[in-house]
Amino acid sequence: MSLVNTTAAEIRRTILVALHQIAPEVNLENLNTNVALREELELDSMDFLRFILLLEKAFIISIPEKDYLHLASLESCIEYLNSKISH
Amino acid sequence: MYEFKMPALGAEMTQGRLLEWKIKVGDKIKLHDIIAVIDTDKVAIEIESFGEGVVEKLITVPDEKVAVGTIMALIRETGEQSKKSTQIIQQAIPVKISPLAKKLASQLGIDITKIKGSGFDGAIVENDIKNSMVDKTALAKPAVEDHAGSMKKVIAAAMTKSKREIPHYYLSCEIDLNNALHWLEKYNSKHSTADRMLYSALLIKAVANAIKQYPGFNGFFVNNEFKSSAAINIGMAISLRGGGLIAPGILHVENMNLIDIMKNLLDLVIRARTGKLRSVELSDPTITITNLGELGVDSVFGIIYPPQVALVGFGKISPHKSIIVTLAADHRVTNGYLGGRFLSAINGFLQDPETL
Repeated sequence: MSLVNTTAAEIRRTILVALHQIAPEVNLENLNTNVALREELELDSMDFLRFILLLEKAFIISIPEKDYLHLASLESCIEYLNSKISH
Repeated sequence: MYEFKMPALGAEMTQGRLLEWKIKVGDKIKLHDIIAVIDTDKVAIEIESFGEGVVEKLITVPDEKVAVGTIMALIRETGEQSKKSTQIIQQAIPVKISPLAKKLASQLGIDITKIKGSGFDGAIVENDIKNSMVDKTALAKPAVEDHAGSMKKVIAAAMTKSKREIPHYYLSCEIDLNNALHWLEKYNSKHSTADRMLYSALLIKAVANAIKQYPGFNGFFVNNEFKSSAAINIGMAISLRGGGLIAPGILHVENMNLIDIMKNLLDLVIRARTGKLRSVELSDPTITITNLGELGVDSVFGIIYPPQVALVGFGKISPHKSIIVTLAADHRVTNGYLGGRFLSAINGFLQDPETL
């Protein structure tokens, strides 16, 4: 399945679905796109690792540890994932 | 006859509420089969059977609260004759329902005994659950109550007991983590995300190795004497979303390598936060580790969880890649000299991560 034509909105939705699996009690509808995800959602290192795994599975990509800093906020996640699946 | 009793899943637990039976009369059960889900005021726990046989009688009914030690069910052990009885035996009424409908009903807190099924042979299907949403009489009280308030009371009781009864002594030591973190970075660069490790796994392994040299920090103080444990079951202090704290154990760490520890740690955290812990994971930890480093805490001097005799604390990783490890220990069992040697051993293992 090609993900090249996946829109930013679809990427955003997939990220939110992944976050919902980890923090189901949090209302993500009005999540600020520039806020630090780990602080805002109280994600510890275990939660973050699970988040990475869910993104890798959803987008069929591999995310190296050195790229974790690009997943700091919702906006930076969308940019990073968009660039990963476009290439 | 094996008597299944309400277990004590912590030093402070005096009663528990049966949420559901996973068995019915006549079922054959084996050792360690999950047979019930119990609410301990902190979290819902799956309870294993420590006997084998056929379920003879279910005495406690769902939603009933009973004291620790109360006989909840009778299991007729292999070889025993079945007792003839004119008593009405309590058992769950089976409801025909599809797995998807059952899951949806559980998520929505819907009492399925009040739903009429439209599926094959009268089974309840997903649409029946969705249609029942408009019928408010079908909505039941949630099976699991909000734990936040009761959990605070339970933790308060346990910590008060600990401070009252255990003569704590405290030690701390700064450990250089450069070797360990460098090793970890190299390891993770060669492995996919599913196989990557967090530095917590290295800390746990180092503590387990140190315990093998200094067993006086691993066990229970009960009836005025210390009982050392051959098993190293490391309790991990895990914060629960929405508040609350629980410390279930990774069991038999003495037999695990780093990969096993990481897999078990991840699994334990997920199950702790989704309410799927097993009873032995709460009752069997022989020592506890707490790591507040991710919260920016420099060091943590914890309170020992009775009847354990030690608690190891880790703080944040400093800019120059060091960490402060602390020990809270029971002075009835060990002393500052041994405690210092124990911390030194943890340090030693973390300087040589290849050997962890």
